[in-house]
Amino acid sequence: MSQSTSTMGNEKINTSRRKFLKTAVTLAGATIGYTWLKSSQILLFAAKPKDENLPWYGLVIDIQKCIGCGNCAKACKNENDVPIEPFFFRTWVEQYTVKNDGSVNIVSPNGGINGFEQTVPTEDIFKSFFVPKMCNHCSKSPCTQVCPVGATFESPEGVVLIDEKYCIGCRYCVQACPYGCRFIHPVKKVANKCTLCYHRLKKGLEPACMETCPTGARMYGNLRDKNSDLVKFLKEHTTLVLRPHLNTGSKLYYNGLSSEVR
Amino acid sequence: MKFYIPPQITRLALAFAIFITLFLVLRHFLVPKTFGEYGHYRGASLIDNAQPEIHYAGQQACFKCHQDIEDKKAQDVHSEIHCETCHGPGEKHVVLSKTEKILKPAGREFCGSCHVINAGKQKSMINQIDLNKHNIGKNCIECHNPHQPWEMKK
Amino acid sequence: MDPHFQHLYDILAHAQGYIFPNEIDLQWGILIVVYPFITGLVAGAFILASLERVFKVKILKPTYQIALLTALSFLLVATMPLISHLSQPQRAYEIMITPHSSSAMAIFGFVYLWYLAVVLLLEIWFDYRHSMVVWSNEKKGVMKWIYKILTLGVNDISPRTIHWDRKLGYIITIVGIPSAFILHGYVGFIFGSLKANPWWSSPLIPIIFLFSAMVSGIALVMLVYMIVSYLRKKAIDLNVLDAIGKYLFFILILDFTLESLDQIHRIYEAEESFEIIKLLVSGKLYLTLFVAQGLIGTIIPLITLVFLQFYKHKIKLQKTMYFIVSVLVLIGVYSMRWNVVIGGQLFSKSFSGFTSFKVGLIGLDGTLMAVFWLVLPIGILAFLLWLLPPWKMVKEED
Repeated sequence: MSQSTSTMGNEKINTSRRKFLKTAVTLAGATIGYTWLKSSQILLFAAKPKDENLPWYGLVIDIQKCIGCGNCAKACKNENDVPIEPFFFRTWVEQYTVKNDGSVNIVSPNGGINGFEQTVPTEDIFKSFFVPKMCNHCSKSPCTQVCPVGATFESPEGVVLIDEKYCIGCRYCVQACPYGCRFIHPVKKVANKCTLCYHRLKKGLEPACMETCPTGARMYGNLRDKNSDLVKFLKEHTTLVLRPHLNTGSKLYYNGLSSEVR
Repeated sequence: MKFYIPPQITRLALAFAIFITLFLVLRHFLVPKTFGEYGHYRGASLIDNAQPEIHYAGQQACFKCHQDIEDKKAQDVHSEIHCETCHGPGEKHVVLSKTEKILKPAGREFCGSCHVINAGKQKSMINQIDLNKHNIGKNCIECHNPHQPWEMKK
Repeated sequence: MDPHFQHLYDILAHAQGYIFPNEIDLQWGILIVVYPFITGLVAGAFILASLERVFKVKILKPTYQIALLTALSFLLVATMPLISHLSQPQRAYEIMITPHSSSAMAIFGFVYLWYLAVVLLLEIWFDYRHSMVVWSNEKKGVMKWIYKILTLGVNDISPRTIHWDRKLGYIITIVGIPSAFILHGYVGFIFGSLKANPWWSSPLIPIIFLFSAMVSGIALVMLVYMIVSYLRKKAIDLNVLDAIGKYLFFILILDFTLESLDQIHRIYEAEESFEIIKLLVSGKLYLTLFVAQGLIGTIIPLITLVFLQFYKHKIKLQKTMYFIVSVLVLIGVYSMRWNVVIGGQLFSKSFSGFTSFKVGLIGLDGTLMAVFWLVLPIGILAFLLWLLPPWKMVKEED
C-alpha cells in the first residue's frame, strides 16, 4: 500500500538519484545471481578424483570351470545375512542348455544353491554350461546413476556399494540394473546387492563366493596393477562382459561366454 | 517516471525469501557430515560397509591349528578346495574352538552337489558320478577320504 | 510363514520361462501407476486453463478457475503415492537436501515445488486476490481471517494494483505452460531414461506421457465442469463442452499417433527384446493395452467426438455422450499408465520369461491406498471450490 501511494506523489527525481537506483538494482541483481549460482554449486557435490594408490577391482568368471555346485550362492547368503528364501540373491548360478532343436533352456532353481539336476535328456543336448551371476561392479553403473539421494555409489576401489542408513527404498536402482542383481532386503527394507564382500576385502580376505568356489571359477583383482593375476588373465583370454551394448562399464569379465547368455 | 514495484511483488518476494532461507537452514543441519567427502555419498558409508562381522574365516585361519589336514589335502585332487567350501562358515569356530563345532558334512547328496553327473560340467574339471549307479547304499566317505579322495580306505 | 514370503512363493509358482531370481517381486506397484496418472491430470488441467488465458479462448472461461483448482487439488496429493510406496518414507526429505544430479528422480522435488509454488499457487493467488480482499471485508469471524491470511496482507485493490494482478498472472501463465510440459515430460523421462528396460527406454516416452497427460487433464476438467454445474443446478453450456471436446479430439489424435509411432518403431527395429515384448502385449497386456487403452480409451472416444461435431439434435444426449467420453478417456489413460509401469516389470530382463503381478488390497502399497490417493484430491477440490468459489468472484471487465 505504501509503495503505491508514494508513486502517486509528483516529486521530481533528479538524474543522479536515478543513476544511483540503477546501480543499486544492478548490484543487487548481480549479488542475487551470484549467490544463486553459488548455492546451486552447493547442491551438486563434485566427484573427487579417484585415488591412484588404491586398487581398482575387477572380476573374472571362467564359465568353463564352473560346475554348478552352488557353494558360492550359499556362502554369499551366509556371509552377508541374506534371507534364505529363494527371492533374494547377491549371486546365483544359472544353467543354460542349448538343445539340438536350437531352443535354449535356462534354469536356476533356488539360485543354484542346492546344485542342479539335469532336466534335459543328454541325447537332446547340443551344449550345456553354468553361468554364475553377480554384481558387475560397473564403472558407468546405471544403478548409481539413478539413485536420487546418493545412497549407492562407486567406492574409490571401484566397488559399487549401498549406504543402508541413507537409502530411501525407492527401488529405482533395482529397475535400472540390467543384470537383475539388486533387490530390496526384506528385513532391512533398503536396496541390497553384492558388495564384493567389501568387509572381507578390507580385512585382507577373499570374497566369500571365491573362498568357497571349489574350482576357482571366480577371481578378483586390481585392474590398475598391470602385473596382477587378473590383468594377466584378461591379457591371455578372450573375455566378454554381459550386455556390452548398454555401455555399463561392467568390470565383470566372463571367459568362455556363450551368445545365449543374457 | 517513478520506479514502481507492485505490493504483490514485494510481499511474495518476502514470502519466497523466508521459504528459501528456511530451506537452506534446514538443509545445513540435515545433510550428513561426511556427505560429499569422496563423491555424492556419505563418506562414512565406506566405514559402515567395512564393518560387518565375517562368517568365513578363510583357510589360512584353519591351517593355524589344522596343519595336518593342510598337508594331507596338498597331496591329492582336493588341494585347491578351501576348507569352508565343505565345512561351512568357520569364523565362530576359530574364535571359540571349544564350544562352536565345525560342520562335518557327509552323505551321498552332499558329495553329489559337486560330483553328480550333469551335462553342464566340463569332464576335465571334475569327476562325475551317477548317484543312481555308483555303489548304491554306500556313503562316499566309507571308501574315499574327503581330504584325500584317492587314498581309498578299502 | 511371513505373509510377504508366502505372497512371493505364490508368484513364483506362476512365473513363466526363466526370470532372474531377484525379479519375482514387482518393485513398483499400483501406487506408481497412480503417480503419473495424477501428475498427468495436473499438467493437463493446467494446460487447458492456459489455453483460455494465453490464446484468449473466451468460450472456455467458465472452466478456467475449475481447471486451476482441479490442477491444484491433484498436485497437492501428487507426491503422496510416491512417498507412501518408499520402503523408508521417513527419509524422503533426503531427495531435497542431497539431490543426485545424475538421477532423473532426484529433481522431482524441485520440479514439483517450482510447479506448485511458482506456477499454480501464484496463478491462483493473482487470479483470486481481488476477490479474496473483498470476501475478507464481507465475511465475519474465522472466514474473514482465513481470507485475510490468504491475501498475504496485500489488501490494495486500487485499479493499478488489480491491473498488476492480471499482468503478473499472465506472465505466470506463460511461464506455466513450459513448466507443465516439463513437469509431465519429466515424469515420462523417469521411465524413458532407463536403458535396462526396453519397454520403457524410448525418447518418445516423455512426449507420449505429456500428450496423454493433456488428454486426461482435459477430460477431467470436462467431467468436473459437468458435475459442478449439475450440483449447483446450473445449466451445462453445450458450447463449452463442444469447445473442450474439440481440443480433446485433436490431442487424443496426436497422442494416439505418437503411441502408434513408438510401437511401430519398436516392431520395425525388432531389437533383442522384441520377442519378449511381442509376447507381453499379446498376452499379459492384451486386455489393458488393446481393449482398455486402445478400444475403450482411444477408438470409441475418437469416434464419439467426431460424431458429436455433427450431431446437434438432442442436447441431453450430447451431454451424456460427453460425460461418457470423458470417463472413457480417463479409464484409457489410467490403463496407459498401468501398461507402462506394470507392463515394464512383468517381463524378465533376461528376456526369457515373465513374472506375474497380484495387487494386494490392504497395506501401504495396496489398492485401497491407491484409491485413497485418487479420491482425496476430489475432496480437496470440493473444499477449494467451497473456499474459493469461481462463481462468486468479483467480476472484472476486460
